[in-house]
Amino acid sequence: MPEPAPIDAVDRAIIDRLQGGFPISERPYAQVAGWLGIDEGELLERLGRLLATRVLTRFGPMFQVERMGGAFVLAAMAVPESDWLRVRAIVDSLPEVAHNYRRESDRNSAFNMWFVLATESAAGIAAAIGRIEERSGLPVFAFPKLREYFVEMKLAVRT
Amino acid sequence: MSQPLDDIDRRLVLATQGGLPLVARPYHQLAEQLGVSPAELMARLQRMLGNGIIRRIGAVPNHYAIGYTANGMSVWDVPDEVIDELGNRVGELDFVTHCYHRPRRLPEWPYNLFAMVHGGSRDEVLRQVAEIARLLGPACRAHDVLFSTEILKKTGLRIGG
Repeated sequence: MPEPAPIDAVDRAIIDRLQGGFPISERPYAQVAGWLGIDEGELLERLGRLLATRVLTRFGPMFQVERMGGAFVLAAMAVPESDWLRVRAIVDSLPEVAHNYRRESDRNSAFNMWFVLATESAAGIAAAIGRIEERSGLPVFAFPKLREYFVEMKLAVRT
Repeated sequence: MSQPLDDIDRRLVLATQGGLPLVARPYHQLAEQLGVSPAELMARLQRMLGNGIIRRIGAVPNHYAIGYTANGMSVWDVPDEVIDELGNRVGELDFVTHCYHRPRRLPEWPYNLFAMVHGGSRDEVLRQVAEIARLLGPACRAHDVLFSTEILKKTGLRIGG
């Protein structure tokens, strides 16, 4: 893993304060800057930098695709090491792949590539899986959620 | 539960799924782009927040960059009859950010309860996983924890244009 970019106390306060609840108002950044005791220009500059250095991966509305008639499905593959780069390129290139992680366990989990498919219609999931299987020649295992018990980003900045 | 978007909502999703504009009046800029009034644009966002189409508006930190260098997807095989009760209790633990019931894929995959755990080190995550194991007790028949060793892609939702 690359070393994360260094952040200071103001950056930490911004990230902690802005994991949700960004206002819908005429001057939302000015409002948030007021909460944090900095000015609007500084907040905008810092957000731009945090995004550019990938400390933040996004800033904006988080959509729940299921509520729009779409689907969001976790899927996994068992990718042989010798074939890793080829399969990774295929999976990452699909716009339906919202994120993709390499995962490994001490128990040698059956699957080592885990990704999330987000599509505008439920049928889009099967189509995306079909494309990945066809291009990679490997099976894709879908893990649609049957029930959600808890979802919340609730991690305070620790660095 | 789900409701199709009208044309303006759809264009609003397309315009903001990559992020909000970093300008003093972001909603005014979006309104102009979409050809609606700022008041209408803000009312639409408010409605989408209200009905859950938008979960929240804010920043998504890279976990690694904010000190959570280890994240484990803990997975558990528990009886289907008790999974709802157990899933709710696991979801209440403060280090669990996501907790779901998902299907088993036998024979490769016997696990049906997924709980994402974040910590500052692999050891911390393993201690948290041990805490989940204690909570589940004998209801847990097998478990594993998959550590993310590389982020290959993280763009979030992108619907087509």
